Amino acid sequence: MSALDVTDLTVRFGRGAGALVAVDGVNLRVESGGVLGLVGESGSGKSTIARVVAGLRRPSAGTVTVDGRDVTGRRLPARERARLIQMIFQDPYSSLNPRMTVGETIEEALAAREEQDAAARRAGARELLDLVRLKATVAQAYPRQLSGGMRQRVAIARCLAVKPKVIVADEITSALDASVQGSVLNLLRDLRAELGLSMLFISHNLAVVRYLADRIAVMHHGRIVEEGPSDEIVHAPRHEYTATLVGAVPSLDNAGTDVLTRDEP
Amino acid sequence: MTARARLFRAPMTIASLVLVCLFGILAVVAPILWGEEALTARPTELLQGPSAEHLLGTDNLGRDLLLRTLVATRLSLGLAVLATLLAAVAGVLVGGLPAVLGGRVQRTFGAVINTWLAFPVLLLAMLVAILLGAGTTTAVLALVLTMTPSFARLAQTLASRVGGSEYLAAARMLGVSRRRQFTRYVLPNIAEPVIVNVTISIGGGLLALSSLSFLGVGVQPPDYDWGRLLKDGFAQVYNSPTAVIGPAVAVVLAGVAFGALGESLAGHLRGQDHGHTGGRRGPAPGPGPGSGPDGGQPSTPDTLLEVDGLSVAFPGEHGWVRPVRDVSLTIRAGEIVGVAGESGSGKSVTMMAIAQLSAPGAEVAARTLRFGDEDLTLLRGRALRGALTGVGVVFQDSLTALNPAMRVGAQLAEVPRTQRGVARRQANRDAVAALDAVAIPDPARRAGQFPHELSGGMRQRALIAMSQIGRPSLIIADEPTTALDVTVARRVMRLLRRECDRTGAAVLVSSHDIAVLGELCQRVLVMYAGRVVEDVPVDALRDPARLAHPYTRALVAALPDLDSDRDAPLATIPGEPPDPADPAPGCGFAARCALATDRCRAEVPELTGHRHGGRVACWHPQDREVVRS
Amino acid sequence: MNPWVSFLLRRTTRVVVAMLVIVTIAFGVLRLAGGDPVRAALGPTAPASVVDERRAQLGLDDPVLEQYVNYLGDLLHGDLGTSLVTGRSVSDLVGNRLMPTLELAGLAFVVALVFAVLIGLCVAVFTQGHRRRGLELAFTGVSGFLAAIPEYLLGVLLVIGFAITVAVFPVAGQGGPDSYVLPVIALAVSATAGLSRIARIEALNTLRDDYVRTARAKRIPPWRVYLRHALPNMLTGTLTIGGTLLATMITSSVLVEQVFNWPGMGTAFVQAIVTKDYGIVQGLALVYAAIVLVVNLLVDLVLALLDRRTTLLETG
Repeated sequence: MSALDVTDLTVRFGRGAGALVAVDGVNLRVESGGVLGLVGESGSGKSTIARVVAGLRRPSAGTVTVDGRDVTGRRLPARERARLIQMIFQDPYSSLNPRMTVGETIEEALAAREEQDAAARRAGARELLDLVRLKATVAQAYPRQLSGGMRQRVAIARCLAVKPKVIVADEITSALDASVQGSVLNLLRDLRAELGLSMLFISHNLAVVRYLADRIAVMHHGRIVEEGPSDEIVHAPRHEYTATLVGAVPSLDNAGTDVLTRDEP
Repeated sequence: MTARARLFRAPMTIASLVLVCLFGILAVVAPILWGEEALTARPTELLQGPSAEHLLGTDNLGRDLLLRTLVATRLSLGLAVLATLLAAVAGVLVGGLPAVLGGRVQRTFGAVINTWLAFPVLLLAMLVAILLGAGTTTAVLALVLTMTPSFARLAQTLASRVGGSEYLAAARMLGVSRRRQFTRYVLPNIAEPVIVNVTISIGGGLLALSSLSFLGVGVQPPDYDWGRLLKDGFAQVYNSPTAVIGPAVAVVLAGVAFGALGESLAGHLRGQDHGHTGGRRGPAPGPGPGSGPDGGQPSTPDTLLEVDGLSVAFPGEHGWVRPVRDVSLTIRAGEIVGVAGESGSGKSVTMMAIAQLSAPGAEVAARTLRFGDEDLTLLRGRALRGALTGVGVVFQDSLTALNPAMRVGAQLAEVPRTQRGVARRQANRDAVAALDAVAIPDPARRAGQFPHELSGGMRQRALIAMSQIGRPSLIIADEPTTALDVTVARRVMRLLRRECDRTGAAVLVSSHDIAVLGELCQRVLVMYAGRVVEDVPVDALRDPARLAHPYTRALVAALPDLDSDRDAPLATIPGEPPDPADPAPGCGFAARCALATDRCRAEVPELTGHRHGGRVACWHPQDREVVRS
Repeated sequence: MNPWVSFLLRRTTRVVVAMLVIVTIAFGVLRLAGGDPVRAALGPTAPASVVDERRAQLGLDDPVLEQYVNYLGDLLHGDLGTSLVTGRSVSDLVGNRLMPTLELAGLAFVVALVFAVLIGLCVAVFTQGHRRRGLELAFTGVSGFLAAIPEYLLGVLLVIGFAITVAVFPVAGQGGPDSYVLPVIALAVSATAGLSRIARIEALNTLRDDYVRTARAKRIPPWRVYLRHALPNMLTGTLTIGGTLLATMITSSVLVEQVFNWPGMGTAFVQAIVTKDYGIVQGLALVYAAIVLVVNLLVDLVLALLDRRTTLLETG
C-alpha cells in the first residue's frame, strides 16, 4: 500500500511562452513505512515538489494524494491536511519561531493533532523531546539558545507531534556540520524503525540519501530520469545523468589520486 | 556589554531617557502648577525681553513666555504621541496583516503603500484641514495620514521577512489559524523595530505638528503648543527676537531626546542581531609564545608562504573573540594545500588573514607572515598592496562576491588597469582572454553582462579568472565549491587544478568537505577550534588507520559515502563544536574526545612531526609511533 | 515584453492612479465640505448677488458629476481652476511661482543628497569595524541634533541671526545668488543630517558586502574601492529613502518660503490658506502633488539604472 502518490505533477512559474516549467509530469510513490529519496541538483525542481506535496504551493497540473486523499485542493481543511502530511525544513535556524519556546512550539503542534488540556500537552511535549534525544529542560529554551543540531531535532519533534501519515524532509542535513549531520541521520533512521514513518527524503547529497532511503528517484530539469532501489541507483546507474551524478561525488578513496586530471570529458 | 561599550553607549541612552522622562513629567505637572499663571495677562509688561522676573520675557499680552512654553509641553507632546501611536497601529495593520493573507493581498497592499508613501500627504491634509476647519483634531489626523505609510512600509518589510520564513510555513502546515499566525508569529517578530521607530517618530511628529501650528492650520487659540508659540513669537521677531527661544529650545530638545532614545534602542537591537556590539576589553592578544624550532616546518628555498603564530581576534560582546589561535603553516611553490574544518573552526578567518582581507576591526597578529621575499608584517599601504598582487583570491559565494552594479568584464579589467597601468582597451582584451581561459563560452558577450545574468558555475569560473588575471603565484580559495552542485563543483575543481598545473601557482583551498580536498590537494590541514590539529598528506586519508588525530579520524568516519553500511548507525562525534567566544583551556577537542585526559584539558598540544609524513597536535595521537625530530 | 518597458509602464500607471486619486480628493473636498466656500472666501459682507454670480461663473451649481467631468477636462487642458476671491486663473499664478519653488527645493535636495552621501560614506569608512568610537559618537550626536531642528525654525533662527546681527546674506525675497544661501541652508540642513545617518548605515552595510572584499582582494587603491565599488551600491538604499525625503522637503519648502518671503508657490499657498481662497489652494496642491510624484518616478528610474538586478524583477 502506498502512503503518498504524486501523479503527473507539473509546476510552471509564470505564464505564457516565457513560463518556466520547474516540475514536468512527475510521478512518485512512497510506500507505507518506506523512505523514498529524491536527489537532484539545484534548479532540478526537487524543492518545488516538496513545497507542493506539503501544500505550500499549488501545482499547475497533477495530483498529490496521501492515504488516497487529495491534498492539493482547497477543500481539505487545514487541520486535516496537517494530520496527513508534515514537512521538515532545511534550515533549523529559520524554521522555528524565535519568539516561542521549544515547549510552546511543540505544544502548538500537539494541539493541531487533537484537543488536549494543557497538562496533557506538556506531558506530550516532554515525551517528544525524549523521543528526539533531547532533555526535558530544553522545553523552556528559545531556539537561539540551541545549537543547529538541537534545533533540527526540535523541528523533527514538532513534525512527529502531529503523527502525520507522510513526512517530507527537504535537505534537512545540508545546513549542519559533518559531525552533527550523522547524529541527525541516525535519529531519523531509529525513528523510522520505531514509528514506521513514511518519508519523502530530499537531498542533493547522494550519499546521505542512499544511507536513509529504500528507493531513490533522480531528478534532472524537472523530470524524474531514473527511479529504483537505492543500491542499484548508486552502484549500477542506468541513466547517463545518474552516472554523472554518482561519478561527481567526491570520495576519500580518490584522495591523492589524479582523479581530477584524468578522464576529462 | 563590556565596560568600554557601557562608557560610550549608556550615557546616550541614559541622558535621552532622563530627558524624555523630564518632558513626560512636565507634560503632566506643568499645566497643573502654572496653567493659570501662564494665561495671566499683564497689560503693563507687554513684549518684554528677558528679565529676572520673566526669564524668557513676555508676549504681546504680557504673559510669561517661560511658563507658557512649559505648559505647552502637555499639548505638544500629547498630540505627537497620540498621532504616532495611531499611525503605528494603522501602519502595522496595513503593512503586517498581508503577510498572513497570501501573496496577492501582499502585492496589492505593497503597491498601495508605495503610492501612499509618494503622496505629499501633508499638503493634502492641509487642504482637508482647512476645509474641515483648522484645528487640533485635523492636525492630528493629518499627521496620522502622513506617518501611517512609513510605519506600514517598515511593518511590511519586517512582516514579509516573517511571511517568507520557514517557521511561518511550518505554522501554516500545522493549520494554525491566521489570527494566531498574526499574533504569535508576525507581531512578536516585528515588534521591537516598530517600537524603536515609534520612539524616533514621536520626535518627528512633534516637529511636524509644530510646523502645522506655525502655519496656522494646527492648534488654534486660545490653545497653544510650541508651534503656536513660535508663530506668535516670529510675528514679533523684529521687536523681541528672544520670544522664539523658549519654544525653539523645547521643540529641538524634545526632538533630540526622542530621536536619541530611539537611536540607542535601535543600536542595541542591531547589536543583538549582529551578535556583538563591538565592546573591547584590554588590548588585543598578540601572537602566542614561540612554538620553538620544532613547531613550524622548516622553511626551504622553495617556500612560497610561511605563516608562524597567526592569531586573529575580533572585538566581541564579552571582550576579544579569537577564532584563530597560533596557526602555523608553509606552502611551497606550486603546492596545493587544503584546509578542512567545520563552521567555526577558523579556516575562513585564517585564509582571509593570510590574504590581508580580514574584516575591518579584526586584530591580526603573527610572528612570521612571509610571502615570497616580502615580510608582510612590515609592509603598509601601497607597498603591501604591491606585494599582495602576487596573491589571487577566490571566494565562496560567487553571486555576492561580484559587484552587482558592474559589468563582469570591467571587474576583471580593473586588475591589470590598476595593478600594471594597462590601457583600458588592452585591459578589456585581457579580461575577455581570461574568461576564455576558464572555458566560459562566448567570453566577449559575457564580459559585457552583469553578474546576475551568469549561472552559478559560470560566475565561479569568472571569479577564478579574476584571481588569475593578475598572474599570482599563490591562489587563496575560500570554500570555492561549497555553494555549487556536485557536478558543477567537480568541473570547478578540475579547472582550479588545471590552471595551477598550467601556471605553476600554489593554492591554499578550504572546504568543509574533506573528501573534496582529498581529490584536489597534496596536503590537508585539519582545523578545529581555531587551531591546526593535523597536517596530513592526502594519501593517508584513504586509510583512516594512518590518521593520527582523533578528530580527523572521527570526521572521516562520520562522512557517509556511497558504500556506507546502511544497517549500522553512522559514526558520530558527541557534543557540539566549541564557541570561539568561550574557549576552554587545553586541547579544543578534549570535550568531545574519547581519549581525553586531564593533560588534554589543561595543556595545548603542539604540532609535531608524525610518521605519516605530516604533523599532528595531540597528546594521544592514534598512531603512537611519533617521530620526534 | 522588454523588462524596461513593463517597468516604465508599471511605474507610470502608478503615478497616473495616484494623480487621479489626488484630483478626486481635491475636487471632492471643495464640493463636499460643509458650508459655501465662495461665501467663506468672499466674506460675510459680500452681497448675495456677487456670491451667486461667482458660483455660477465657477459652475458650482451644476450637477456634481458634470462638474467633475468638466474639472478633469479643464485640468487636461492645463486649467488649474480659478481663484475664488479674484477670479483669476490659478495656472497664471503657477506660471509665475513655479520656478522659484523648484529652484529652491531642487537646490536644497541636491545639496542634501550630495552632502549626506559623502558625509555618510566618509564616516562609515572611518568607523567601520567599530573603530573610532569617538567620531561615531560625535557624528551621531551632531546629526541627531541637526535633524531635530525643523526647517522653519532654522529659517527663523537664520533670519534673526543675519537680519539683526550680521547682514551678510539677504533674509527675504529672491534676488542674486546670495539670496539663495539662507533658504537653501534652512531647507537642507535637517534633511542632510537625517539622510547622512541613513547613508552611513547603508555605507556600513555595503562595506561589509562580499564584493567590497573582492575589490580589496584586487589590491586596487582604497579610494577606488570606496568610490567605484561601494558608492554606487550604497546609493540604492540611500536614494530609496532620499526619494521619500523629497516629498517632505516640498512640504517644508512651503514653510521656509513663508519665513523668507520667497516668491514661490509656498507663500501663495499660505496666503490662499489665510484668505480661505480654496480655488488657489486646490490648484496649488495639485501642482505640488504632481511635482512629488514625477520626482519620485525619476528617482525610481535612477534606482533601476543603478541596480538592474533587483528593481526590474520586483513586481510591485
